[in-house]
Amino acid sequence: MSDLLVTVYTPESPLRKPGRLLREMWRDILAARELAWRLFLRDVRAQYRQSILGYIWVFIPPLFASLPFVYLNSQGVVKIGDTPIPYAAYAIVGTTIWQVFADSLNAPLKAVNASRSMLSRINMPREAILISALAEVALGFFVRLVLLIGVFIWFRLLPPPSAVLFPLGVFSLIMVGSFIGLLVTPIGLLYNDVQRALPIFATFLMLLTPVVYPVPQSGLAASIAQYNPLTPLVVTTRDWLTIGTTTHAAAFVTVTLGATVMLFVVWVIFRVATPHLVARLGN
Amino acid sequence: MSSDVLVRAEGVSKKFSRNLMKSLWYGVQDTLDDLVGRDGTTDKLRPSEFWALDNVSFDLRRGECLGLIGRNGAGKTTLLKLLNGLIKPDNGRIEITGRLGALIALGAGFNPILSGRENIYINASILGLSRREINEKINYIIDFADLGEFIDAPVQSYSSGMVVRLGFAVAAAIDPDVLLLDEVLAVGDERFQIKCLNTLAEFRRRGAGFIFVSHNMRMITRYCEKVMYIRHGQVQYFGDVATGIARYYKDMHASGSADEADIPDSTDTLGSGKVKILSSQFLNSRDEIVSEIGVGEPVSLVVQYELRDVDVKRAVLDVVVEDAQEVVYQGTNALAGMAFENLLDHGELRVRFACLPVNMDYLIFNFALLDQATGEVHDWKRNLRLNVRRSPKHGGRLVMPTTWEMNAVEQPKARLLVSNE
Repeated sequence: MSDLLVTVYTPESPLRKPGRLLREMWRDILAARELAWRLFLRDVRAQYRQSILGYIWVFIPPLFASLPFVYLNSQGVVKIGDTPIPYAAYAIVGTTIWQVFADSLNAPLKAVNASRSMLSRINMPREAILISALAEVALGFFVRLVLLIGVFIWFRLLPPPSAVLFPLGVFSLIMVGSFIGLLVTPIGLLYNDVQRALPIFATFLMLLTPVVYPVPQSGLAASIAQYNPLTPLVVTTRDWLTIGTTTHAAAFVTVTLGATVMLFVVWVIFRVATPHLVARLGN
Repeated sequence: MSSDVLVRAEGVSKKFSRNLMKSLWYGVQDTLDDLVGRDGTTDKLRPSEFWALDNVSFDLRRGECLGLIGRNGAGKTTLLKLLNGLIKPDNGRIEITGRLGALIALGAGFNPILSGRENIYINASILGLSRREINEKINYIIDFADLGEFIDAPVQSYSSGMVVRLGFAVAAAIDPDVLLLDEVLAVGDERFQIKCLNTLAEFRRRGAGFIFVSHNMRMITRYCEKVMYIRHGQVQYFGDVATGIARYYKDMHASGSADEADIPDSTDTLGSGKVKILSSQFLNSRDEIVSEIGVGEPVSLVVQYELRDVDVKRAVLDVVVEDAQEVVYQGTNALAGMAFENLLDHGELRVRFACLPVNMDYLIFNFALLDQATGEVHDWKRNLRLNVRRSPKHGGRLVMPTTWEMNAVEQPKARLLVSNE
């Protein structure tokens, strides 16, 4: 009897016993791994089993985000400055990188919202829902690598040696995206305004970030790009894959470390908020 | 503290808001309070809030089954959610020893597109089983669910009963110390229900404690040795089953009496009025006027009438008896009833029930005087109420007069079974 786990529920804030909170977080993240894998398999299988286009859907968002710019640029409607590689390749690489961020931004709230009924009825490590959603983001990215390889072959480009750092850039984008995504998840579970706003916000953010255009050198655009924390991520990740030298490495490291710390903080917030959210989810 | 206590709840309270927007906003506030590390214990209600649970305390020991009864909205589900750790108490403390299982949301997390087999892995994983445990138990789960070929078909092709079977089969594979049950046994066919009940019995034999929510008092009586009756979030009674159920029924009828069931309409004539019913009473075996009898006792319904139309020579007294749930126990009717001949100007008709075995809190008598040949209704009275002192030992609607015997039977010889010709 004495070796049985004893669980205590009180109104007290979990932050009052940080040691216990950390132990529980560690325990849950371990317990979540297997469940996350199951949920990941479930969602991936189910997603493509009831679909004609299947994995083609993974390619559609970055393609359809970049092609209009390629078209407008080729027709001279918009004037995008010189790019180190052909503009079409530049834009597709940019939107593919951006899509990782956009997916990570949307993933936490989308996944938690889809699991509402589970969340309000079953006590399980909720981290599994988040991990599984981010794994899906990563899967989407790996599938899109096929697109990038095709682009490189088509334009007869050869990636520089620094391309081995490219996955690190992707990791960093996932960290920043999921940090912001998880930050708004508790509010988003209560108010559905958030889920509506997120994709619109993401599109807006893309246009403010040098995704389909190079870093502007003057004017308002230059200042925005300079203070936009997403600039070093997108630019560095793309530079590593395409030209081999980057000017934003220091900022990249700062943003990545900052986002990793913040992701831990919002994870704690999410855990603290969960019982209060479940109480409002209904049955 | 005794060492075999599995669940201990001390002064547990939880408040909810009736107003959606306020409730959401309070959710934000409560989260922020926790984030700045406040204690979180409150006794105060904010505008539009109410106590969904108010100062609930109890112990659950090994091998015990505690029945939770109360009307919808009394707070039963809230208590289960607190015990399950899904929501936080606003006051008090809950301590749970050992692994907790909940047969509440059977099949939550099922994906309709995937097959039953794939869903077993997912659902078991959600309930906390490791990959190794699932592999060990997968055959047991498939056997238990008894879905045959359907196990490899997508779950969306299942009937609702099949989904519940699969859900229960998975949930039964966990080995809980404390098990929360919420009306789960109300589904499935009899064969499956028995299987479920036997599984629960097996858990119990191994020392698990149960908390069982049901509106089915027969189930409660059968499986629980204690009940907690909750009303408006407050514990009205905690103790033995018979008393708890009696309290629950008493309150049910006290609050349900605002409807027409309690108001006998004795003044108006419903029908031709050729024979008018003046009054009516119930008599016990000593011919005393009563409003209550014990279950199984004899009772008479006596009806005083006045003949208004001299052409009417005879009438049938048609008595329909029903219970609170409007289940009809036929008393007499135009065909089976007695045709009273040569009615007097003023007189009295009596129906004797040699034994009224109905085990409900009360019965409603509706009766009419009518013409046997044409079915013409002369007068009709409704909603005459007879209270019944229920038998706490019996769960069903009836207490049937029973005798018991045990006889020895000689084993037939095997030879006799085959020698035919």
